[in-house]
Amino acid sequence: MSELEPVIGLEIHVQLKTRTKMFCGCELSFGEPPNTRTCPVCLGLPGALPVANAQAIHLGLVIGLALGSTLAPRSVFHRKNYFYPDLPKGYQISQYDEPLCGGGSLGEVRIHRVHLEEDAAKLTHVGESGRIHGSHESVVDFNRGGTPLAEIVTEPDLRSAEQASEWLKLLRTTLRQLGVSDVNMEEGSLRCDANISLRPTGSQELGTKTELKNMNSFRFIERGIDAEIARQERILNDGGQVEQETLHYDPNSGAITSLRSKEEAHDYRYFPEPDLVPVRIDEQMLARAQGALVELPAARAERFERELGLSADSARMLAFRAEFGGFFEAALSAQVDVASQVLANWVTVELAGRLGDGVDPTGAHVTPRAIAELAGMVSAKQISVGAARQVLDKLIAEGGDPAEIVQAEGLQSLGDPDELADIVAAALAANPDAATRVREGNAKAIGPIVGHVMRETKGRADGGEVTRLVHEQLGV
Amino acid sequence: MSSADIIALSAAEAAHQIATGALSANDLFEAYRARAQADDLNCFTWLASAGGETGAGAAEDLRERPLAGVPLAVKDLFCTAGIPSQSGSKILAGYEPPYTATAVARLQTAGAPLLGKTNQDEFAMGSSNENSAFGPVLNPWDRERVPGGSSGGSAAAVAAGLAPWALGTDTGGSIRQPAALCGIVGLKPTYGAVSRYGMIAFASSLDQAGPLTRDVTDAALLLKHMVGRDPRDATSLRLPTEIELPGREDLKGVRLGVPAELTGGSGEGDAGGRGADGREAGIEPGVLDAFRAALGLAADLGAEIVETVSLPHAPHALSAYYVLAPAEASSNLARFDGVRYGLRAREGATESDLLEMYERTRHDGFGPEVKRRIMLGTYALSAGYYDAYYGRAQRVRTRIAEDFAGAFAEVDFIVTPTAPTVAFELGSKTDDPLAMYMNDYCTVPMSLAGIPAISIPCGLSDGLPIGLQLAGPAFSENELLDAAYALESALGFDGSLARA
Repeated sequence: MSELEPVIGLEIHVQLKTRTKMFCGCELSFGEPPNTRTCPVCLGLPGALPVANAQAIHLGLVIGLALGSTLAPRSVFHRKNYFYPDLPKGYQISQYDEPLCGGGSLGEVRIHRVHLEEDAAKLTHVGESGRIHGSHESVVDFNRGGTPLAEIVTEPDLRSAEQASEWLKLLRTTLRQLGVSDVNMEEGSLRCDANISLRPTGSQELGTKTELKNMNSFRFIERGIDAEIARQERILNDGGQVEQETLHYDPNSGAITSLRSKEEAHDYRYFPEPDLVPVRIDEQMLARAQGALVELPAARAERFERELGLSADSARMLAFRAEFGGFFEAALSAQVDVASQVLANWVTVELAGRLGDGVDPTGAHVTPRAIAELAGMVSAKQISVGAARQVLDKLIAEGGDPAEIVQAEGLQSLGDPDELADIVAAALAANPDAATRVREGNAKAIGPIVGHVMRETKGRADGGEVTRLVHEQLGV
Repeated sequence: MSSADIIALSAAEAAHQIATGALSANDLFEAYRARAQADDLNCFTWLASAGGETGAGAAEDLRERPLAGVPLAVKDLFCTAGIPSQSGSKILAGYEPPYTATAVARLQTAGAPLLGKTNQDEFAMGSSNENSAFGPVLNPWDRERVPGGSSGGSAAAVAAGLAPWALGTDTGGSIRQPAALCGIVGLKPTYGAVSRYGMIAFASSLDQAGPLTRDVTDAALLLKHMVGRDPRDATSLRLPTEIELPGREDLKGVRLGVPAELTGGSGEGDAGGRGADGREAGIEPGVLDAFRAALGLAADLGAEIVETVSLPHAPHALSAYYVLAPAEASSNLARFDGVRYGLRAREGATESDLLEMYERTRHDGFGPEVKRRIMLGTYALSAGYYDAYYGRAQRVRTRIAEDFAGAFAEVDFIVTPTAPTVAFELGSKTDDPLAMYMNDYCTVPMSLAGIPAISIPCGLSDGLPIGLQLAGPAFSENELLDAAYALESALGFDGSLARA
């Protein structure tokens, strides 16, 4: 059996950050009591009619432009017909073969399309497990029904669960920066289904795909996709065939169960929504959407690399974590004489490392200017790296001015080279065994000697300079 | 004034009398309410109570308004807050909406209080008002016969003098055809002229609200206060000009087109065109005679009768309509599922099975014609059939619209009999749905093209009324009303026989 490669595409639903719903004037709900943000339209009462939300269309266009999609000059809403209690009209107003945007890409993944539709209501099954089996009653909350959604569909360009999870994070950062959505998976403003198939590596044909739904965290998505890849591998390696079906992944048990087989698949009987007119994009709408675009992470990373000569890793970290990127750019604008990469390291390694996971530097006591000045002092050899780290700790704890802290703590580098040479000599005398081993070629033995010097100088000596002096004085 | 004197007034005349103080709005309301209460035609599914909040108590305050308190009968499918709005169906029996349809609200604001809700074919599907869950409506001209449909209750009420005027809806002819069979005036406006917000939907791209009245002036008056853009209806339009009351006295310079396809002129003098399935439209000789006589009168008034105008795709209109309308209806009626409102079937149901609840509710709640059209419509939209049926029907629709546009380059109005027959006997067509559909033969083309059309009574055949239909280009309501008014005056049709 030749090696199999996974082929993965994602279908992402994003709740748009409008004031009101997609087709009516009800305000969007954030945890209000059930059925308090409703009206005849989103309840699907007899005689009610939809009216398209212009702001939702605008946000859809912004997404399309940000993804480099083609914006359809004319797009059409379609009815997607099926029966379910969370669908009050018995159809969802969505888009079919004339969507708002087509094509585009983000990172390494091509986008197939972006379209607009309305969200379903929220169904709760009252029973022990909260799932439909075993529940004695189901209740519907229509607050969510009608919320505007953008559906983003990728081409099947992803090749692993990890890659899919990473790409989804890039999409999330991008959408958050655009301000089009809260994109919070726990709250449900970002939802992702995966289409997964396997094929022999190198083949151009697509295998039978399954659709994996209901994964509501990045971790579950990755684990779910991995579990499904493993499941399909087992089937194919046993000589069987993968069935086209819709599957549910249970993160607790790791089990994958079937929701719906191909035979039970709905015929949605799509037809153009007769209650709405087609959407035509005019110059004003286009200009407004273009005006809303911000520099997006991928472009920003590329700019950092190209214009500032930052390493790919530094560029990526600063671009993808907007709060650090902003801090860095503010530090740059302090116009201290220090190399960009050096400054970047101070931000991405020294500062980020000390602040800890997920902490936003914009709220810290240390200011971008302070970091820049600190890095500048090190570059100018006014203080050692070790001393600078001590200063940084203080800046983080209390804020302040780096130069003043250096003065107050007496952390300046040793100004007099002779003074340092004397201290090195004294350290060699105090550590004769270490000195001998270094002379014999054991580089690591220098540790205690350097430590001695650092203690004597309270860390003000420059480590590199100390090492040089030791070697010079030992004649190695 | 005696009750008989009051009932003899047209709506416009009554409004004038009230405005000048010669008639009390209360008296007008009560006169009609009493007659409606005694209704033996089954026109009403709900009636305002004497002096109730929607009734006469408020009427006095209305004399300053344009419609001066003249009460209005409203077809059941218009949502009226807190008042049953059932669209003639058991699945909505007793349903009271929390809001009022825009068209009704506008008329109430203009000063027309709600008299009652009128009976109709279920979900507006029918041409005889025999499909109602609340029993058939009888024709006041002959109680063994149908009033037409689907706005049968509204038409019969106006014809019988149980309401001064009424609101109906027209999807394929449901205002015009009952108007013809009941000897009154019925107008379907340009699609989009009147808001559909609050109209329980049948076929979204075809449904339009319109007036059913005793004469053309009343129709203009009612229409005037209904039309206009509604932000709640994305398909509604602002009309380029305001609706005016008609006053035209002749038809000099008016070119009337008589298309062979819809008027029995298709060669060798056979009576009526042919439907695409080969059936004859079957325009009765009596109807054709009255139609031709009316054309003669029009010519006397100075109109030029143009027999060479053609609507080549009109014979396919009925087929296209009976694909498109049921398709849209199959989707519009999906919301009636027992979950949130209306009927939910419980008897015998295990109640733990969703599908069973859906099936029982819709089985018990919908009548046979509605079920038939839902099935037809679902089929026409289903995978593999969409292009052959729905897609094709849409293309035919475009051709029909083009036919009219071409015709209106040569003539000002198209004129046809409104319906192929006079009122037929109850039960005579209920076994043959296709025969029933043929009632719409002359009215459906205008619906598909979205153009306005009016039916006015033009004569009797065996004591039963016949309607003449005038259709004009989109937004030609004023010109249409004017031409109809001139012809109406000349025809001098007396509808009072039905109001005895």
